[in-house]
Amino acid sequence: MLDKLYRALYRIRRVEEEIARIYSTDKIKSPTHLSIGQEAVAVGVCEALRSTDVVFGTYRGHACYLAKGGDLRKMIAELYGKGTGCAKGKGGSMHLIDVRAGVMGTSAVVGTTIPHAVGYAYAMRLRRQDTVVVSFFGDGAIEEGVFHESMNFAALRRLPIIFVCENNSYAIHAHQLARQPASNIVERARTYLIPAERIEDNDVLRIYGLVKAAADEIRSKQSGPRFFECMTYRWKEHVGPGDDFDRGYRSISEAQPWFANDQLKRLESLLGPQVRERIMGEVEVEIAQAFQFAESSSFPAEEELYTDVFGEAAQWTAS
Amino acid sequence: MDRILTYAEAIREATVQEMTRDPSVIVLGLGVDDFKGLYGTTRGLQDEFGPERVFDTPLSEDGMTGVAIGAAMAGLRPIHVHIRMDFVLLAMNQIVNMAAKARYMYGGAVSVPIVVRSIIGRSWGQGPQHSQALHALFMHIPGLRVVAPSTPYDAKGCLIMSIRDDNPVMFIEHRMLHSQRGHVPSDLYTVPFGKARVLAKGSDITLVGISYMTVECLRAQRYLGEVGISAEVIDPVCLSPLDIETILTSVKKTGRLLVVDSGWTVCGASSEILAQVAEHTQGTPQIRWQRMGFAPVPCPTTKNLENLFYPNAQTVASTAFAMVHDNQRSWTPVHKEAPEIVEFKGPF
Ligand SMILES: Cc1ncc(C[n+]2csc(CCOP(=O)(O)OP(=O)(O)O)c2C)c(N)n1
Ligand SMILES: [Mg+2]
Repeated sequence: MLDKLYRALYRIRRVEEEIARIYSTDKIKSPTHLSIGQEAVAVGVCEALRSTDVVFGTYRGHACYLAKGGDLRKMIAELYGKGTGCAKGKGGSMHLIDVRAGVMGTSAVVGTTIPHAVGYAYAMRLRRQDTVVVSFFGDGAIEEGVFHESMNFAALRRLPIIFVCENNSYAIHAHQLARQPASNIVERARTYLIPAERIEDNDVLRIYGLVKAAADEIRSKQSGPRFFECMTYRWKEHVGPGDDFDRGYRSISEAQPWFANDQLKRLESLLGPQVRERIMGEVEVEIAQAFQFAESSSFPAEEELYTDVFGEAAQWTAS
Repeated sequence: MDRILTYAEAIREATVQEMTRDPSVIVLGLGVDDFKGLYGTTRGLQDEFGPERVFDTPLSEDGMTGVAIGAAMAGLRPIHVHIRMDFVLLAMNQIVNMAAKARYMYGGAVSVPIVVRSIIGRSWGQGPQHSQALHALFMHIPGLRVVAPSTPYDAKGCLIMSIRDDNPVMFIEHRMLHSQRGHVPSDLYTVPFGKARVLAKGSDITLVGISYMTVECLRAQRYLGEVGISAEVIDPVCLSPLDIETILTSVKKTGRLLVVDSGWTVCGASSEILAQVAEHTQGTPQIRWQRMGFAPVPCPTTKNLENLFYPNAQTVASTAFAMVHDNQRSWTPVHKEAPEIVEFKGPF
């Protein structure tokens, strides 16, 4: 298990470092929000899920997409705006999707996918499937009314959903305590009678263990929802590849404990050098191939502007 | 005194001057206190007027719009700023069901003097959910004023007018206009609602550009001049109420009307303008009209499709040329990408 978690963390970190490196060349011509520093949440959660489980995420979605098994080549091609991207280049970094892998889409409008996860969970219950749905969102999203409306309905119907709040303390440049009277998101979930936990230290093993237990229970006892507030930290600027500790809204000293607690380094130290190097080697090859794939793919054909606005004429049969 | 300011500076100046003049003016919105200052339009305001009159909000567009409405009912004049118009969609209930109707449904007993500033438009692959221009949705609603100035002069005068007006005003700014420069008087002045501006005189065709499309229409007008076509360019400035008289006067002179919107055409501002022109010119069959706007699809993120999605000076000039020649001839000027679009770079 350790090596799987390590691979997932390493892969996401390295993919995003490559994105950051390439960004200055303007090959990626759209807003891109990196998860560097926060990978442990997506990895801990998604590794605890089955491949048939489903996640909904946010514009800061690379980690969630990759951790859940989204196709790396199609993601990089999407960032490049190529026709081979997961959304044919029409979405970009903020609109990743891989239905086959159970990544149901990320949105640029904060909070908008939370109720979708609830609706998906409702459909799973209706169809008597044992799929568990995860909704990822940030600490800013809980300020939107739709978050509370979604929690209320999910709790009311005891739906098979796990809410995961990735609390990195900031919404763009505004600290949580400049936006909310207290840092107690976990408490709000409890008022809806949703069993909720707050994980303070980005501990990937603990997140994995807790989510696994929660998913098992939801499946065996039909006892959703569950809620996790995962404290974490964004290392890069809100949007884009740069560092921003010189911009005055947060200090590097605040970040230092998070750097020291880097989960990638932690797992690295727990694995033998051979395993580590094998994984690194394999991942580097995969990443190089993905960027190569994006580079060599074509931009969408002009006719693509008009495709996918509507579906094809429906076959009116019950599915 | 007349100086050259950018559109963004003109907005900031109008805000500062009105806040100084009237202590009931407040500014709220996501990021209004941010060091990036919403493209500079709110930079330094909090330092100048304090955190009670200028404040960042939680991510609660619906609720905070209601808060602004309540504050306006109590006599404040809130300016609620949205960095993207797409986020105003979360506040539709408060804007459409309450702000627009409060005065009427309460029999004139209350007013809701709020200004909702929102930024629209393309730039750096903003894609389907970060670039929409939804002014037409608001034009549809009685009780809302909708302004979309395109010059620094009008930005300042319209914003002051909007703040002083006792009604809810949707104040719409295209991101590609923020860097445009122009003459702006330093004193306070208002630009009245419902008065269009003729930006260039011409005799062969009338080009009406909405918001940023006025800039592209003016470029198209210069291209057309090179092939002997004289285009008149009109900026409606205010979309609701709409100054149809100025447009009609021009159309009756040129006999041709091309409306170019920074939005979709179906049920859009261009539909409204053409419909009103048609209503007023019935029995004048020689008048020709056409409109341009976004392609009828969500905005794609990838650049090559995005370039096809938006009208630009070349496509406008080429369409106008064909209209002037009754579709018997075609011509397209050499494509030059607009400098403000090339210069605007992410990550944002
Ligand atoms: C409804 C809505 N309002 C405002 C924005 C602008 N915006 C984009 S990201 C963001 C901050 C979100 O913070 P959080 O939910 O904590 O997520 P994080 O970026 O920290 O991952 C804001 C305000 C938006 N995209 N959608
Ligand atoms: Mg956050």
